[in-house]
Amino acid sequence: MSNLLSVENLTMKFGGLTAIDDLSFDAKNNQITSIIGPNGAGKTTVFNCLTGFYKPTNGQMFLHKEDSKISLRKYTDFKIAYVAKVARTFQNIRLFPAMSVLENLLVAQHNELMVASGYSLYGLLNLKSYRDKEQLAVDKAKYWLDIIGLTHRADDNAGDLPYGDQRKLEIVRAMCIEPRLLCLDEPAAGLNPKESAELNKLLKFIKTEKQTGILLIEHDMSVVMGISDHVVVLNYGKKIFEGTANQTKNSKEVIEAYLGVDE
Amino acid sequence: MEKKDIIQSFKDSLFTGLIALALFGPIVGLRTASKGEGLYITPQWGIVFLLVGLCILGRFLINLNSARKNEITFFSKFTSKFSAITEDKAKHFAITAILFAVVFPFLPFTDRYFMDVAIMILTYIMLGWGLNIVVGLAGLLDLGYVAFYAVGAYSYALIATTFGWSFWICLPLAGLFAAFFGILLGFPVLRLRGDYLAIVTLGFGEIIRIILINWYEVTNGPDGITGIPRPSFFGLPFKRSPDEGETSFHLFFNLEYSTMHRIIFLYYLILVLALITNYFTLKIRKLPVGRAWEALREDEIACKSLGVNPTNTKLTAFAIGAMFGGFAGSFFATRQAFISPESFTFIESAIIVAIVVLGGMGSQTGVVLASIFLIGITEMFRDLEQYRMIAFGGAMVLIMVFKPKGILANRKPTILMHGDKK
Repeated sequence: MSNLLSVENLTMKFGGLTAIDDLSFDAKNNQITSIIGPNGAGKTTVFNCLTGFYKPTNGQMFLHKEDSKISLRKYTDFKIAYVAKVARTFQNIRLFPAMSVLENLLVAQHNELMVASGYSLYGLLNLKSYRDKEQLAVDKAKYWLDIIGLTHRADDNAGDLPYGDQRKLEIVRAMCIEPRLLCLDEPAAGLNPKESAELNKLLKFIKTEKQTGILLIEHDMSVVMGISDHVVVLNYGKKIFEGTANQTKNSKEVIEAYLGVDE
Repeated sequence: MEKKDIIQSFKDSLFTGLIALALFGPIVGLRTASKGEGLYITPQWGIVFLLVGLCILGRFLINLNSARKNEITFFSKFTSKFSAITEDKAKHFAITAILFAVVFPFLPFTDRYFMDVAIMILTYIMLGWGLNIVVGLAGLLDLGYVAFYAVGAYSYALIATTFGWSFWICLPLAGLFAAFFGILLGFPVLRLRGDYLAIVTLGFGEIIRIILINWYEVTNGPDGITGIPRPSFFGLPFKRSPDEGETSFHLFFNLEYSTMHRIIFLYYLILVLALITNYFTLKIRKLPVGRAWEALREDEIACKSLGVNPTNTKLTAFAIGAMFGGFAGSFFATRQAFISPESFTFIESAIIVAIVVLGGMGSQTGVVLASIFLIGITEMFRDLEQYRMIAFGGAMVLIMVFKPKGILANRKPTILMHGDKK
């Protein structure tokens, strides 16, 4: 299995506080890599560095593409999604609540549609080439909605969906940009066991059917242990363990980090 | 309704009265009058008590109204029915409104005054629709929109008086200039949102006005620009006695000369400009860039995470909104034939924002209704002179009390997967 992402000596300091301390790990293609750790361990900070919201103090992050590799440090802001094709979801759901479910998925295909609409010119002239491209975008949205079973609600406002469906919608919205790496920040937070199981199914589907590596931050161990191929454990910004789900479960360091040391 | 509610409302309205007293006491109650050498204070407590009493009564009535939420009041029944009709039959409503607007100049009761008011209302509708792109769709609260109106008016006036080009050449140029200023304003405010953005745009509006006042060599300062060419009917001027070698409108069509011809032409001109603005907005809302504007209004961070370029998206919103403001400004200049910085004060921006917000953010029909309501009411009370602003304020309060989200606040998706269910 080839490497997709390699993080090398990543360090992020906020003033005197070191949120991430010399972190290195790899994530592979078609695998789910989980980052776990107690609250405040720096997991979301890693995501914010990867997805261009923060500029790391030190270290490198590379996304491997066939034989070449691109440095994520070079891209900031929206270019991470646009050029490097790294998509993410958020700990607190960030949909466009007053827009319909379908519109949410179309905004994710903004850049292709922008070109197709000739930067609005062809669109204003209502050319057939644009209408065809728009139909393709709608078909793509329908494909993903069929998978999460929300096609019948495509025209409803995203904010009116139940919580669990909003989570799933945010994930497929990120998938609509056809990412090479999908970063999920606590996708199972607030889900009931049935919804968690559905989420596992969706993530497994993305992993096997799409050429997408998944990076996952999660507290829900049923999700982490159920689907992770590789687990990275952080505590106070440092990597304390790395291995398979089973190895992690039995690791002394991990148990100590979560439960404290026996006196 | 229970007795408890009534007592509660009464207490609340007494408190309102107290605030009213604190406000009206010094402002209205103490009037300065010059007698002989100095200024003397003449108290006028009678008016103060009248005003305070009105506030108490008004507040009490509003409280009573909101206390009986379940009982349908006449007014709310009327408004909800009205919005239901306009939403269900949006298309019919729009067609009827446009037809009415088209035949309006030829209705028997239409006189010069009505036409002037109608032209004014249409100008505000156009400005409202232009600002709706920035405020309603992109969610960027712009309190300095009048600046683009001014840029459009001044560019039109300066180009037309200097080069003598026709209206149809100057109009797009003025629009382009305004769009350029839109981008100019857009750059420094890209990182700002909400209140901060509002303050900066407000400052921008004032900067433009102050430049217009002080840049005497170009703008002629507070004296303004006079003799701006009137528009002609595709080369036929509206003049009683045309110049040598020219044919005027009434001669060409063999009509009796009337000043109304020009007014009617201006009316149709602004009607067409406004409808173009509307058509353009409705179209672009359904294009990727329109969806990106709305997405940006909803959540900028999510937009970035999806690869939407927030800089370009915001700048296009500012530029296109400003362009329509510029068009409206050129129209204003050619209609008045005289412009001065006086016409572009903050109150104009405030009125346009009020129209957009009260109409229901992003609603095109809402802008029309709010313009007719706000501008129409203010005009109806023109005889009251300075007190007519009370009618304006009253109209705003009425809309806010009964329709806090705006007259029409429903948003329709830009694209449907399952088609219209109805």
